[in-house]
Amino acid sequence: MLLIRCPYCQEERPEIEFSYAGEAHIARPLNPDDLSDESWAEYLFIRSNRRGLHYERWLHAHGCAQFFNALRDTVSDKFETTYKIGEARPQVKK
Amino acid sequence: MTINRKETHGRINRDKPIKFSFDGKIYSAFDGDSLASALLANGIHLVARSFKYHRPRGFLSAGSEEPNALVTFDRGQGRVTSNVRATTLEIFDGLVAYSQNNWPSLKFDIGAINDFFYMLFPAGFYNKTFMWPKSFWDKVYEPAIRKMAGLGPAPIDEDADKYASLYSHCETLIVGSGPAGIAAALSACEKPGRVILIDEQNEFGGSLLSTPNLTINAIPAWQWLKNSLAILKGRQNVTLLARTTVIGYYHDNFLGAVERITDHEKDINQNKARECLHRIRAGEVILATGAIERPLVFPNNDRPGVMLASAARSYLNRYGVVVGEKIALFTCHDSGYEVIFDLADAGISIACIMDVRDQVSDNIIAATKTRGLEIRTSTIVTNTSGKFRISSLHASRINDEKITSTEEIICDCLLMCGGWTPSVHLFSHSKGSLKWQENLGAYIPDTPNENTISIGACNGTFGLTDIMTEADSGQSKYTVDDMDFGSGIIAATFPTKSDPAKIKAFVDYQNDVTEKDINLAVREGLKSIEHVKRYTTTGMATDQGKTSNLNALQITAHAVAKPVQQVGLTTFRPPFTPTTFGALLGGKDGDTFHVTRKTPIDGWADDNGAIFEPVALWRRARYFPREGEDMLAAVNRECRATRESLGIFDASTLGKIEVVGPDAAEFMNRMYTNPWMMLKSGSCRYGLMLGEDGYIMDDGVIGRMAEDRFHVTTTTGGAPRVFRMMEDYRQTEWPELDVWLTSTTEQWAVIALNGPNARKLLEPFVEGIDLNPESFPHMAVREGRICGVETRLFRVSFSGELGFEINVPAHYGRALWEVLFKAGQQYDITPYGTETMHVLRAEKGFIIVGQDTDGTVSPMDAGMSWAIGKKKKDFVGKRSLNRSDIVAKGRKQLVGLLTDDPNIVLEEGAQIVADPNQPIPMDMIGHVTSSYWSATLNRSIALAMIKDGRALTDSDIYIPMADQTHKVRVSTPIFYDPMGERLNVL
Repeated sequence: MLLIRCPYCQEERPEIEFSYAGEAHIARPLNPDDLSDESWAEYLFIRSNRRGLHYERWLHAHGCAQFFNALRDTVSDKFETTYKIGEARPQVKK
Repeated sequence: MTINRKETHGRINRDKPIKFSFDGKIYSAFDGDSLASALLANGIHLVARSFKYHRPRGFLSAGSEEPNALVTFDRGQGRVTSNVRATTLEIFDGLVAYSQNNWPSLKFDIGAINDFFYMLFPAGFYNKTFMWPKSFWDKVYEPAIRKMAGLGPAPIDEDADKYASLYSHCETLIVGSGPAGIAAALSACEKPGRVILIDEQNEFGGSLLSTPNLTINAIPAWQWLKNSLAILKGRQNVTLLARTTVIGYYHDNFLGAVERITDHEKDINQNKARECLHRIRAGEVILATGAIERPLVFPNNDRPGVMLASAARSYLNRYGVVVGEKIALFTCHDSGYEVIFDLADAGISIACIMDVRDQVSDNIIAATKTRGLEIRTSTIVTNTSGKFRISSLHASRINDEKITSTEEIICDCLLMCGGWTPSVHLFSHSKGSLKWQENLGAYIPDTPNENTISIGACNGTFGLTDIMTEADSGQSKYTVDDMDFGSGIIAATFPTKSDPAKIKAFVDYQNDVTEKDINLAVREGLKSIEHVKRYTTTGMATDQGKTSNLNALQITAHAVAKPVQQVGLTTFRPPFTPTTFGALLGGKDGDTFHVTRKTPIDGWADDNGAIFEPVALWRRARYFPREGEDMLAAVNRECRATRESLGIFDASTLGKIEVVGPDAAEFMNRMYTNPWMMLKSGSCRYGLMLGEDGYIMDDGVIGRMAEDRFHVTTTTGGAPRVFRMMEDYRQTEWPELDVWLTSTTEQWAVIALNGPNARKLLEPFVEGIDLNPESFPHMAVREGRICGVETRLFRVSFSGELGFEINVPAHYGRALWEVLFKAGQQYDITPYGTETMHVLRAEKGFIIVGQDTDGTVSPMDAGMSWAIGKKKKDFVGKRSLNRSDIVAKGRKQLVGLLTDDPNIVLEEGAQIVADPNQPIPMDMIGHVTSSYWSATLNRSIALAMIKDGRALTDSDIYIPMADQTHKVRVSTPIFYDPMGERLNVL
């Protein structure tokens, strides 16, 4: 069971307090009606499904109930970092 | 009965003799024995029949790696455990155990005929043989195979024991209490952090328990162990857990460990948990899990009496048990000699010593000569004899991979030493990488993935001096008197003069996999060890190949003529040893298996004979049968009473979310399809929520309590996901909106009154709300008081009758219910449950999200275009409503169904066809989503999703069932009071 640092609570808490919430930094288009079917489908369905470092969202469901972002390695499962919604995505260390 | 004990040896408690029963016969033993040592002391070597061939089997080992000696451990009804390793089963006075997988008895086992028909059972035999005919698999082959092959019987009674679980935290966790683990604990306990030391055995000490002749700092091993444990026990920061197996090593130093608390106790104590699952989070993990000796693979190496050399040493030194009177050794490693010297020094006759190698070190030769023994170098065992126990062996001299001469040697025990395999299981669970260590012929830990170190034999460090130094971080404060661990060679395959097709040289004892099977798998094209494993089932038994994996790997590498590293390594997976389901549940069984949510009115329903059903995590009253009523009769009565007079229903499980703030209306406008900006305070609206994909996700009636406040209701099961989705948009997409959300599901009790007399009943109890229809119309909400308690009173209807939903603070729910129920007697008030609620709403064509919809239904499909705010610029899911596949023809649409025969109630889920005479497979055009008997209409009704269904209105479709095909007329989904006039009753 992973330990996850909630950037709002500023604490490392066990994984059972959290739930996964999909890929991060996919903003809902401001004017969906202006989008072609293809672009809308891209927003709805297409995800990077990355092997390795992945920007993703987590919800501190049984804690502060805040959504936050994380950079996690999908191979090792290790969290590189977590950060608040609205903050710029951290650079991936090579 | 021979008692094979050495009075001078062992740490059993000879002052405490005990009796135990095996296969119905009573034997004597001592406190401190394992079942294995106790049976061996009584001269019993035959304890099991093998998995596939039913061959006689004895004890291979003295530890948890044991593949053969599986027994059923019987502590009475509900306390029977099969496949327990006799080598780890602690004995107590009155213990009862049985042998397994034999009929009618261990000595005369009919299934042993398989051993003579071995040519029928090659690798992959199940896959190859039982392919045809297909129908025979379930009825003939599988039951027969299950009966013949296998392990102990599964328990038939409910588990009578209790189980527990605990979370633990420590700075240092040490797994294994051999010399390395003890030394590491002595170091760690000097630091301020918490230390947990765990060992799977009943005693701490690991290999030291079997090596009393060693000295550490000039102190005999057992005295040193005693002193060390006294120090550790005296430390506040140290927790010692014996009889505890670390079953898995997970992320971020999280480990699961099962402590066996009562299985070794004579008396059953109902107040004690049998086992406890410890979930441990550790700062640092020190793995000191030791190593497992490898068998050697030669023909008939599975006879009772053939065992690992280290096992004989444990039985002698730890249990005072002599495993034979004429013992032979077959080794490829120096460590085998330590055992033979201990046995010889105890006065046991040694039959012969056979070493694969052509040269042995001078020290060993000298030590052997001193004892009057000689070593046969370049010698292998090419066969063994003996029915239920080895009686002789063939010792063959080899020269250049060829047998030059063979001699028969009489013996009653043959010890094997094939070198050592470090126990890297836990290190591998934690995703640490392994590296091949050529001189050991084994994998050892390489790069850890967690904050962990491996010390001692599990790290490939052998010899007590090196182990203690490593455990003590290289400080070398220990001086050890120890024979050099020495070295060995890898000897996985041996030459033979016999027909290779007729030889059974076992690699995996528990799954009866032989060298021949592995070679066959390779010949049939399986080159990866993962494939060989699955084809032959080597390493797939309950012991997970603890003694066999490395031999299987070596044999495979030899067969494919590649270095071992290129053949791969199978994955180690938790649990390390078989684990009870009880331990994993940790007491969460029966009523506490998962949470049951109950409403404040649940107790009343229980007291009044309700039959319950689970709805999400809730339990809800389904119907309230009277004397002699079945469900249909009760529901018919409840439906009629509600339509004719008055029904009362507990709607407290409805999800409730309070949406508050200056931007509350804007937020609602974006979340729901309907328009909300112009809705007046005090009004309600049916709200439809879509996913961003345009499909119906949830619905519910929503009241605007004030300009900046909405009382949102959701479906019972949908409340958590609706709340989560709302929070997601609020936090991450529209943080600029000034609105906040509170889940209030459990804050309000909700009583629904439905029926023409609902207002009459309610009126006398309500203050501050004018119930007159002009001032309180349908779909209005008011705040006031009922019976003096604050209420949010909704005039809504999910039944089609005049209806009210009374929200009161949860703890007043039952009291208000009882007041209304008592006063309602004048109207024959009738409590009803979810089943009647379903019938009433279906008569009105109201959908239930999740029953009539399945996550692929758009508002248009459900005939609910009216719920979409046409002028709205955007809402969740709006863009998807124009997607080409959502506006395409041929989508399933919600319709009503009326069976030709009104007495037929269709099956929910039944498939629908346009033409019942078409050939099978038929073209299915839809399915029934809801179906009931309607007492009101005195006929059956149903809802269905049918391709272009609305265009089929008034035409016939067909529902083919097993017994007959039903002819059905498509109708509007509204069966009752289509104009909604019944809402207007005064």
